[in-house]
Amino acid sequence: MNKNILEIKNVTKKFPGVLALNDVSFCVREGDIHALVGENGAGKSTLIKIISGVYVHDSGTIRFEETELKNANPIDCIKMGISTVHQELRMVDSLSVAENIFLGTPIERKTAFGNFIDWEKLFEESQKLIIPMGINIDPRTKISELSVAKKQIVEICKAVRRDAKLIIMDEPSATLTENELDVLFRIIEDLKKRGITVIYISHRLEEIFKIADRVTIMRDGKHIITDDVKNVTRKTMISHMVGREIEDIYPKRNEPGGKVLFEAIGIERKGVLHNINFVLHEGEILAIAGLVGSGRTELARALFGVDKINQGEIKIKGVSKQFKTNRDAIRNRIALMPEDRKAQGIVSEMGVGSNITLVGIDKIIKLSFLNPKLEQEYSKEYIQLLKIQTPSWNHTIKNLSGGNQQKCVLAKWLFVDSDILIFDEPTRGIDVGAKQEIYRLLNQLASQGKGIIMISSELPEVMGMAHRILVMHDGKFTGELIPERTNQEEIMHYATI
Amino acid sequence: MESQTTFVSNLKRFFSRTSREYAILYILLGLFILLSIFADSFLTSENLINVVRQGSIFGILAAGEFFVIISAGIDLSIGSTAALAGIIFAMITKAGGETSIPIAIIAGLLIGVAVGFINGFLVSRIRIPPFIATLGTFLAVRGVVYLITNAYPIINLVKAYSFFGRGFIIGIPFPVIIMLVVYLIVIVLSERKKTGRFFYAVGGNEEAAYLSGINVNNTKMLAYIICGLLASVAGILLMSRLGTGQPNAAIGYEFEAIIAVVLGGVSFSGGKGRAINVLFGTLFVAMLVNGMTLMNVNSFAQQIIKGVVFIVAIWNDVVRNRSDR
Repeated sequence: MNKNILEIKNVTKKFPGVLALNDVSFCVREGDIHALVGENGAGKSTLIKIISGVYVHDSGTIRFEETELKNANPIDCIKMGISTVHQELRMVDSLSVAENIFLGTPIERKTAFGNFIDWEKLFEESQKLIIPMGINIDPRTKISELSVAKKQIVEICKAVRRDAKLIIMDEPSATLTENELDVLFRIIEDLKKRGITVIYISHRLEEIFKIADRVTIMRDGKHIITDDVKNVTRKTMISHMVGREIEDIYPKRNEPGGKVLFEAIGIERKGVLHNINFVLHEGEILAIAGLVGSGRTELARALFGVDKINQGEIKIKGVSKQFKTNRDAIRNRIALMPEDRKAQGIVSEMGVGSNITLVGIDKIIKLSFLNPKLEQEYSKEYIQLLKIQTPSWNHTIKNLSGGNQQKCVLAKWLFVDSDILIFDEPTRGIDVGAKQEIYRLLNQLASQGKGIIMISSELPEVMGMAHRILVMHDGKFTGELIPERTNQEEIMHYATI
Repeated sequence: MESQTTFVSNLKRFFSRTSREYAILYILLGLFILLSIFADSFLTSENLINVVRQGSIFGILAAGEFFVIISAGIDLSIGSTAALAGIIFAMITKAGGETSIPIAIIAGLLIGVAVGFINGFLVSRIRIPPFIATLGTFLAVRGVVYLITNAYPIINLVKAYSFFGRGFIIGIPFPVIIMLVVYLIVIVLSERKKTGRFFYAVGGNEEAAYLSGINVNNTKMLAYIICGLLASVAGILLMSRLGTGQPNAAIGYEFEAIIAVVLGGVSFSGGKGRAINVLFGTLFVAMLVNGMTLMNVNSFAQQIIKGVVFIVAIWNDVVRNRSDR
C-alpha cells in the first residue's frame, strides 16, 4: 500500500451565510488517480482552492507530504508540488504556448547587458514537455488560437514543468468532446506512470469508473465516503451524492398546454447562432442541453434582446416582435435569470427588497417618489411566496445563501409578471436542498401556464425536469429529444456531434 | 424593568448599527471636541460660521461627486468646471450689469451641464475610463478658462453679485443655505427617487442593472450632468465670495470634494454610501483645515495631513471591501 501524499483532517471553511466545508477528513494516496465527486455546492471547489492555497481554512489541518499547509499562498503550494488545472483556464491568451508553460520562471541567457530571454531554448524545452503528451502543439502558437482541449494540455505541461507531485484537475471534461476526452485519459494514465498523483474532479460518473483508483464523495460541504472505485457501484455513488434516491428530487411534471407562447424562426447571429428554430408552449419546460461554449448562453442573450439578431424572427403568442434592447423583451414579459448570479443577477450591496423591486420599480412609485411602505409590502409578499430565507425584508443580499439569492432573482421577474422565463443554469452553485426548491418552483410556474426555457449542463436535471430537450452544438440545434425516450448518453452524443 | 432592558438593548443595537453606518459622524464629533479644547478661538460663533461657509463650496462640489462615485465613476473635472462657470457668470454680469444676473446664472449653470454631458458621453458612449476621460476635461476646461480670460482676473464686478458669496439670510451665510438646499435635494433624489436607486444599481453591478432593463448609459450620463451642474453652482458662489473672476480659482478643489465623499463612507467601487455622510465628510475636512490654521500648522504640512487623511479613508474602504469577499 502506498503512503498518503495528502492528508485532510477536520477541515472547516465558512463563508458569509454558507458553511462551505464542514469537518472534512480524508486522505489521498501517492500515485493514485483520486476522483472527487459531488453535486454543485458540495464543497469540491472550495476544498481544492484550499489545497492550492487560494483560500485559507478556518480550522483543521492539511498535510502534504508530511508538511502542514498553514496560511499557504498559491505560490507556496506550487513550490511544494501542488498544481491545479482550473476549470476556467488561467493563461495569458496573447502569449505563446512556450511562454505560458514557463510563465514566472523564464529561461534566460546571461549577457554583458543583463539577462535576456533565451527563445531558442524556451521553445526547445517546451517541445520536450509537449511531445510525451502525444499530441502536436507548436510551442510558438498563441494560446488564443488553441482549442480548449489543447489549452488544458498546455496547463498540464506547465504543471509537469513545475515538477508537480500532485495535479488537481477541476472538471476537465466539462468542455471536451469524446475524442479529446480519450486523449486526456491517456495523458492522465501517463502521469500516473510517472508517479504523479492526480485529483480528478468530475460530475460524470462513467469517467470515474474508467480511470480513477479511488473516489471521495462529498455532499453539502461534508465528506461522505472515500473508497476504492471497485468497491462502489454507480447506484451507491449517486445516492451518496444526492443523499436520497434520485427520483424524488424532481417533482411530478404537469402536462403542458397546447397554446404556443413563444416562437423562434430561423434566428441567426453571425458566427454564434445558426438557424435556430423552436416553439415554447404554455406550461412547458424546455431544456437546452449542450456543452459549455455550444452557444446556449448566447442564445439566451439573443432571445432576451441583449445581443443583436442578424436574421430571423421572434413571435410571442403568434405576434411578430422586434427587440432593440432587452427593455423591449422585458416589456413583452420575457425574463432572463443569468448564469453567473453574483456578476449578473444581483446587486450585492443592495437589499433583498431593493433587488426584488428593481425591474418593476414603477410599481412602488407613488406620486413620483419611491414608497418604502409599498416596497416593503411587495418584497415581503415575494419573500413569503418563494420562501426566501432572510433576516429582514431588506437585508443586504450578499449575505444570503446562493439558493436564496437565486430565488430573489426569480422574485424580481415574477414581480413584473414575466411569463417567458429563461433560466441559464438555474441551480449552479447552490446546495441540494435549495435545488429541490428551485425545481419545485419551476414546476409550479409551469403549471401556472408560464413557459420555461431551462439551459443546463446537468443532465440529470435536464432529464428530470424537462418536457422536451433541445441539444445544442456549435450554435446549432443538433437534436430534439423527449426525456422518457432518451438517456444521458444520447444527449451527449448530440452535444458532441 | 423589562422595558428598561429592551430600551438598553435597543440603544446598544442602534449604536452598533449606526457606528458602522454613520462612522463619520462620530469622527466629526470627536474632531469637534478636540478642536474645542486645543484650538483657542475655534469655539466661537464667528469661527464656526466661517467653517461652514468655507465648507459650503466643497460641500456642493462633493454632493455632485457623490452621484458620480455612487455610479462607480469619478469626475476630476469639477474644479475646472466650477472655474469656467464662475468666469462666464462674471463676464456676463460685468458686461450686462445687475439686470443680466438671471441670464448669467442660467449661462453659468448651462456650462456645468454641458461639461457634465461631455464627461457622461465620453464615459458611457465612447467608454473611456472615467478617470482618464475627466482628466482630459479637467485640463481642457481649464484651458478654455485661460483662453477666454487671457489668464487675467475679471475685476470690478457688480455689487449685487457679491451677495451670493458673502450675504446672509437670517444670520446664515447664503452659500450655506444653498448647500443645505442642495443636500436636501440630493438626499431625496438618492433615497426616494427611481433615478437615485438606479445610480446605486448601476454602480453596484452594472451588468445586473443592465439585464434588469435599466438604461445604464443614460443613468451614468445623468450622474455626470448633475455633477457638472452642481460644480457650476459652486463656481458661481466661489467667484462671488472672492469678489473677482479668478481664472485659477478652484484648482485642486476636486480632491477636497473626493476626500469628503470617501470620508463619508462612499465606496470607490460604487453602489454604496449615503449622501448625508458626505455632508459630514465635508464638514470634517473644513473643520480640520480651520483647526490646523488656528493652531498655526504650516500650510504645506496641512497638505500632507490632508493627503494622509485621504489615504486612510481609502484604506478603510479597501479593507471593508476585502473583508466582504
